[in-house]
Amino acid sequence: MSRYFGRGTVLRFTLVRLAATALLLVAVSFVVFALLHLTPGDPARNLLGPRVSSPEILASIRAQYHLDDPFLSQYFHWLGGVLHGDFGTSIRSNTAVTTLLADRVVLTAQLAAYAFVLTAVVAIPVGIFAASRAGSAVDRTINVGAIIGVGAPSYAVGLLLLYVFGVNLDVFPVYGSGDGFLDRIWHLSLPAITLALGIGALVFKLTRTAVLGELDQHYVSFAVSRGLSPQQVRSMVLRNAMIPVVTSLGLVFAFLFGGTILVEITFALQGIGALLASSVTFKDIPVVQAITLLTAAVIALTALAVDLFYFAADPRVRKRAAA
Amino acid sequence: MKRPPMTPVICAIPLAVVAICVVGARWIVPDATEQDILFGVAPAGSPGHRFGTDQLGRDILQLAIAGARSAVVGPIFIALGSMLLGLLLGSLAGYLGGWVDLLLTKYADLLLALPTTLIALVVAGLIDGGYWVTVLVLVVLFSPTDIRLIRGSVLAQSSRPYIESAKVLGLGKSRIMFRHILPNVMPIALATMLLNVAFALVAMSSLSFLGLGVGPGVPDWGRQLSDGRDLLGRNSAAVIVPGVMIIATAAAINLLGDWIQERLEQRARQR
Repeated sequence: MSRYFGRGTVLRFTLVRLAATALLLVAVSFVVFALLHLTPGDPARNLLGPRVSSPEILASIRAQYHLDDPFLSQYFHWLGGVLHGDFGTSIRSNTAVTTLLADRVVLTAQLAAYAFVLTAVVAIPVGIFAASRAGSAVDRTINVGAIIGVGAPSYAVGLLLLYVFGVNLDVFPVYGSGDGFLDRIWHLSLPAITLALGIGALVFKLTRTAVLGELDQHYVSFAVSRGLSPQQVRSMVLRNAMIPVVTSLGLVFAFLFGGTILVEITFALQGIGALLASSVTFKDIPVVQAITLLTAAVIALTALAVDLFYFAADPRVRKRAAA
Repeated sequence: MKRPPMTPVICAIPLAVVAICVVGARWIVPDATEQDILFGVAPAGSPGHRFGTDQLGRDILQLAIAGARSAVVGPIFIALGSMLLGLLLGSLAGYLGGWVDLLLTKYADLLLALPTTLIALVVAGLIDGGYWVTVLVLVVLFSPTDIRLIRGSVLAQSSRPYIESAKVLGLGKSRIMFRHILPNVMPIALATMLLNVAFALVAMSSLSFLGLGVGPGVPDWGRQLSDGRDLLGRNSAAVIVPGVMIIATAAAINLLGDWIQERLEQRARQR
């Protein structure tokens, strides 16, 4: 048994990380549930929304959500529902929260995936290119661009892109999400570019730093002095530099999923992010709870997957865990 | 990597303009929020309105000048507050070590894992607390990076010979911390604070773009952009003017902060 559960084995590491992730999600779910009571006002009235209130209706809401039970027992009722896929009923649309989410999650996932592909395909090669010309005018220019890109608010960039490419040049659509695969890609292009810009600038910086760091290593000077071909040296450098880059990509996806709020609002896309923003304004608490918890789960599970990948890809990490 | 030293000068120009807007808006554009609903949307270049007007007949440029205040003041307080928290908790964690360190590091890790915009939107939106509550929420969400940074810098200083000698001389813990370690941590703390102003500017204006933070009628860049979104076809200046203002301000602060940080790193290497 100790062969599988001993220090530093993959199984043990996985189990510890799984337990930590589960614990984190429980903690998050508790906070998310508490949102109902954090919101000012009587929870029953909040859950009633704009519907006509009478003592009987309020009492039925109190009974339906177990609001007269102790806080912890309310929480467990709610959590029990959540674990069965029941996030309650949306106050605003009076439909099941899960139905509401199912209609919109696809668009958000497509947008995040599109932006993810753009980030990976553009930022990493540009980072490698800039590192290979470190200090040159090209490198400096790209760097200044990245600093501006990291700091620019996505909605402002999005609106300016919308103005230039949507209104002025009329090459991309201004509204809508398109039908069918190609039309969808065409409609999601500007939003995806907007979403990818900030995080792409970060991935660019990370790639550039990682490649420069590897170029500084002794093994590179040694390989060069041994007369290895530039192609051979480059493939060695890139393989080592890509470990931190690839691990960061997992977190990029999680970040993009959470970052869609502003972009969806900017481009009037009916996704999860836009739903969250309008639900917050409307105090549609069950929907807010569901989206917050789902986003936390996506982020926590991606982080878990990244850690496991890291563990598998880098023998040094396995060694450290074993020590 | 050597960059021309003109970076700070170029960055200072837009920042000076913004500073003048923040301080002097009430004299430069006293009627910025004056509405003329009958007049309505006018395109850029209309007489008396170089950049046109919005749905309520407010002048775009005047509104953008007046909007600098709420866009910049909150973020400055966010950067200050989060760095104060960072200095306090970070130096405690770095200097005391042990379970204090463990607790504070775990706390920082947890907050760092959360998507800032989402949490700020949910918390500030549901509490409905207005501008300063939003600032407070962002202080809490911004503090983990500062705690980490200060903790790291304090640890780096603690292992240096001059601290060893101070210990050998028998100086007290608080004296070493405040008189010897902190002064050496301050430069990087100030540079980071500057960068945080830029990130807070983006976060704060993003929230007001979503309709949170600033009260109705208060001029604000984020709010102006969300109003201007519907005007793209009729008066695109309603989007371009505040959009360029936000991006230019954030870019200038970021470039300046990056430049200072690079200088500090070079100085640290030369020692």
